[in-house]
Amino acid sequence: MSQLFHPAANSIAKISVVAGALAAGLVAILVLFVLPRSSYVTRQHEARVQPVPFYHAHHVGSMGIDCRYCHTSVDRSAVAGIPPTKTCMNCHSQIWNQAPTLEPVRESWRTGQPIEWVKVHDLPDFVYFNHSAHVNKGVGCSTCHGRVDKMSFVWQEESLLMEWCLECHRQPEKFLRPKSEVYDITYQAPANQLEMGHQLVKEYDVYPQVTCSTCHR
Amino acid sequence: MILRVSALVALLAVAGLGCRQDMHDQPKYKPYRQSEFFTDGRAMRPLVAGTVAQGTLRDDTALFTGKSGGDFVTEIPLAVTADLLERGRSEFQVFCSPCHGRTGKGDGMIVQRGFKRPTSYHVDRLRQTPVGYFFDVITNGYGAMSDYAAQVPVEDRWAIVAYLRTLQLSQYAPAADVPADRKAELEASLQALDAHEAAGEGH
Ligand code: HEC
Ligand code: HEC
Ligand code: HEC
Ligand code: HEC
Ligand code: HEC
Ligand code: HEC
Repeated sequence: MSQLFHPAANSIAKISVVAGALAAGLVAILVLFVLPRSSYVTRQHEARVQPVPFYHAHHVGSMGIDCRYCHTSVDRSAVAGIPPTKTCMNCHSQIWNQAPTLEPVRESWRTGQPIEWVKVHDLPDFVYFNHSAHVNKGVGCSTCHGRVDKMSFVWQEESLLMEWCLECHRQPEKFLRPKSEVYDITYQAPANQLEMGHQLVKEYDVYPQVTCSTCHR
Repeated sequence: MILRVSALVALLAVAGLGCRQDMHDQPKYKPYRQSEFFTDGRAMRPLVAGTVAQGTLRDDTALFTGKSGGDFVTEIPLAVTADLLERGRSEFQVFCSPCHGRTGKGDGMIVQRGFKRPTSYHVDRLRQTPVGYFFDVITNGYGAMSDYAAQVPVEDRWAIVAYLRTLQLSQYAPAADVPADRKAELEASLQALDAHEAAGEGH
C-alpha cells in the first residue's frame, strides 16, 4: 500500500499548528481589543437621524445661540437636558411657523406629546456622569462633543470608553480652559496649553478622581 | 476533527450568550428616558398643579413676582453686587441677546431673521419703568415674547434686571457722573468716535 500522505505533509501539519495558534491569537486580539474600540461598537461619528431636521449648524453655527439657551441645566445638574417644545416655540411661534418641516414641533405643542428625540450619547447604565462637575471646572463642551456648531444631525465625537474618561482624569491640565471659554464652541487650545492647564488646576482646585466608585456608584 | 470544530463553535456560542446588555440597559428610569407605562411616554412626570416642594414656598411676593401690594417694586429685592451684575451679563447674553441684541437696541440675530422687533431698552418709557416690570416680563412674557420662567431661575432673573439697568445707564449716563480723573479718557474716545463717523464708516 502506498503512503497516504506525502512526506511534505509533515511540515504542513507543523506549520498549520503554528498558523492556527497565530490566527486564534489574532482573532482574540481583534475581538478583545480592536472591536470594542471600533466605531462599529462605540457608534462614534455616526449621525443619528432625528424626527425633526433640527440643525445645530444653523442654530449655533450661524445664529450663535448659546448652548445654555436650550440645554439649560448643564451648569446646574448632572444632565445637560434636552429642551422642551416650549423652547422651540419661543422663536418658532413666529419664525418658519408654516414650514412643513416644523409640523412635528407644532403638533407636539398642540397636543402636549413630547417630541421623541433619538439619544446620541448613551453611557451604560452602570456609569455615573455629571455635566455640572465638568463645565464648572473649566472643561468645555467642545472637548467632549466636538464642533457641534458644524453638525447638522449630531453625532458622538469621542469614543466615551472608560479609557477616554481616564485619559483626562489622570491629566486634566491637557484639556482645561478658562471658565469664561467653556461655552465657546469655536475655542482653540493655546500653544502653552500645559502651562496654562497647570495653573488652572491650581486656581480652580481641580482634582478628578480615578477611583472606581467615582464613576461606578 | 469534526468534534473539535463543533466544540469550538459551541464554546463561541456560549461566549456569545454572555454578551447580553443587561447591565448596559438596566430596567430603571433615568432623566429623559421613555416609559411604556405612561400614555405620554415620559418617565419624568410633570408636577401636579399646586405642588410646593419643601423649601420652595414662594411667600416673598416682591422676590417671586416683582410686585408688592399690586404695584411693581422699584428696588431689586437682592443685594446688587458686582457678582450679581456679572451673572446678569452672562445670562442676558444667553437668553435675551438673540432678540434684544447685546446692547438692548432690539436688533438681535433672531430679529434679523424675521422675529418681531422689540422696542429698544433705551427709550424714556423703559428708563422710567420700575424694575419690577422687567421681572414681570421675564416671568410672564409680553406680547410676542414668551415667558422665560422655565429657563431662567428667579435669582438669575433679578440678575438680568440689574444688568438691564446697567445697560440703560451705559447709553444714557450724564457726563457729570464721570469721575473727574477719567474725564480726559471720555473726551478722547468721543473725539475718536466723531472722527470715525466723519469718515463715514460708523454705525
Ligand atoms: C436651539 C436649541 C439648541 C441649542 C442652542 C443647542 N442645542 Fe444641543 N440639542 C438641541 C436639541 C433639540 C437636541 C436633541 C436633538 C438632537 O440630538 O439633534 C440637542 C442635542 C444635543 C446633543 C446630543 C444629545 C444626545 O442625544 O446625546 C449634544 C451633545 C448637544 N446638543 C450639544 C450642544 C452644544 C455643545 C451646544 C452649544 C454649542 C448646543 N447643543 C446648543 C437643541 C439645542
Ligand atoms: C432663538 C430662536 C430659535 C429657537 C429657540 C429655535 N429656533 Fe429653529 N430656527 C430659528 C431661526 C431664526 C431659523 C431660520 C434659520 C434661517 O433663517 O436659516 C430656524 C430654523 C429651524 C428649522 C429649519 C431648518 C433649519 O435649520 O434652517 C428647523 C427644523 C428648526 N429651526 C427647528 C427647531 C427646533 C426643533 C427647536 C427647538 C429645539 C428650535 N428650532 C428652536 C430660530 C430658533
Ligand atoms: C467631560 C465630557 C463632557 C463635557 C465637558 C460635556 N459633555 Fe455633554 N455629555 C457627555 C457624556 C459622557 C454624555 C452622555 C451621558 C449619558 O449617557 O448619561 C453627554 C450627554 C449630553 C447631552 C444629552 C443629554 C444628557 O444630559 O445626557 C447633551 C444635550 C449634552 N451632553 C450637552 C452638553 C453641553 C451643552 C456641554 C457644554 C456646556 C456639554 N455637554 C459638556 C460628556 C460631556
Ligand atoms: C476632558 C477632561 C475630562 C473628561 C474627558 C472626563 N472628565 Fe470627569 N472630570 C473632569 C474634571 C476636571 C472633573 C472635576 C474634578 C474636581 O471637581 O476637582 C471631573 C469630575 C468627574 C466626576 C465627579 C463628579 C462629582 O460629582 O464628584 C465624575 C463622576 C466624572 N468626572 C465622570 C466622568 C466620566 C464617566 C467620564 C467619561 C464618560 C469623564 N468624567 C470624562 C474631567 C474630565
Ligand atoms: C472616570 C470614570 C471612570 C472610572 C474612575 C472608572 N470607570 Fe469603569 N467605566 C467607565 C465608563 C465610561 C465605562 C463604559 C465604557 C463603555 O461604554 O464600554 C466603564 C466600564 C467599565 C467596565 C465594563 C467594561 C465593558 O467592557 O463593558 C468595568 C468592568 C469597569 N468599568 C471597571 C472599573 C474599575 C474596576 C474601576 C476602578 C479601577 C473603574 N472602572 C473606574 C468610567 C470609569
Ligand atoms: C425670541 C425673541 C426674544 C427673546 C429671546 C427675548 N425677548 Fe424680550 N421681547 C421680544 C419681543 C418681540 C418683544 C416685544 C413684544 C411685543 O411688542 O409684542 C419683547 C419685549 C420685551 C420687553 C418689554 C418692552 C416694552 O416695550 O415694554 C422686555 C422688558 C423684554 N422683552 C425683556 C426681555 C428679557 C429680559 C429677555 C431675556 C430673559 C428677553 N426679553 C428675551 C422678543 C424677545
